[in-house]
Amino acid sequence: MPLDPSFIGRSYPPTAAYEVGREKIREFAEAVGDANPAYLDADAAKALGHPDVIAPPTFPFLLTYRAAAQVVNDPELGLDFSRVVHGDQRFSYTRPVRAGDRLSVTCTIDSIKSLAGNDILTVRGDVHEESGEHVVTAHMMLVARAAEGE
Amino acid sequence: MTAQVNYDEVEIGAQLPAGSFPVTRATLVQYAGASGDFNPIHWNEAFARSVGLPDVIGHGMFTMAEAIRVVTDWLGDPGAVLEYGVRFTKPVVVPNDEAGAVIEVTGKVAAKLEDRRVRVDLVATSAGEKVLGMSRAVVQLA
Repeated sequence: MPLDPSFIGRSYPPTAAYEVGREKIREFAEAVGDANPAYLDADAAKALGHPDVIAPPTFPFLLTYRAAAQVVNDPELGLDFSRVVHGDQRFSYTRPVRAGDRLSVTCTIDSIKSLAGNDILTVRGDVHEESGEHVVTAHMMLVARAAEGE
Repeated sequence: MTAQVNYDEVEIGAQLPAGSFPVTRATLVQYAGASGDFNPIHWNEAFARSVGLPDVIGHGMFTMAEAIRVVTDWLGDPGAVLEYGVRFTKPVVVPNDEAGAVIEVTGKVAAKLEDRRVRVDLVATSAGEKVLGMSRAVVQLA
């Protein structure tokens, strides 16, 4: 069954704050093989004008993907996750994520489309610091391939 | 933000220094741990084949993380990235050997925008296949 377009615009409650640690940023930077000093050395980050080490551009996905579980697992929406592939991903930054941030994600269903039997779902994740400052917005497009025989 | 590249010195069509990023099974295990994405298609060959994949494939978000390095290495300050988006077109297939796979990334300045910003278009390939489409970043230059 195709996804119900009346879910477009639905927002989910903000997630509990995630505290970004220097060592988590280091672990992530090492995992992607990136030794940029802005990720690893607070003095180097400060020399660039940042208050502390910053996280690589795709780091926010750790939070926004986890938050999107609210949407993906919403029984009312009824998405079959076993058929889902990640179609595209986009980030719009107000500023980079940095160590010490306490970040919360609010997910909204931006669009639902049906194309050749595939469901195309776009989930927006707005990431705010505890102070209320906007940090980054992630747009994740998921494609649920048509079930066999449909 | 203090990008090391001056807007006035950048021309449309200018190529960024290209990047070549190796990926082995060990890389994928490390990325799974750091990112929390433990989908077995990224580490379990039998599972990957059972869902119709040719072999274990890399995390799309890993490829996305590698591709932007061409931009952040050029800029110096990764905080100068204002927007970044990609489309996942083909998987990066990672065989179970020491060589693994390689992600090749090129980038060029596609447009000069207002407020000393530029758009960089990226191309990422692995084993001759384009693995990312519509890969673009908007960055703040000095």
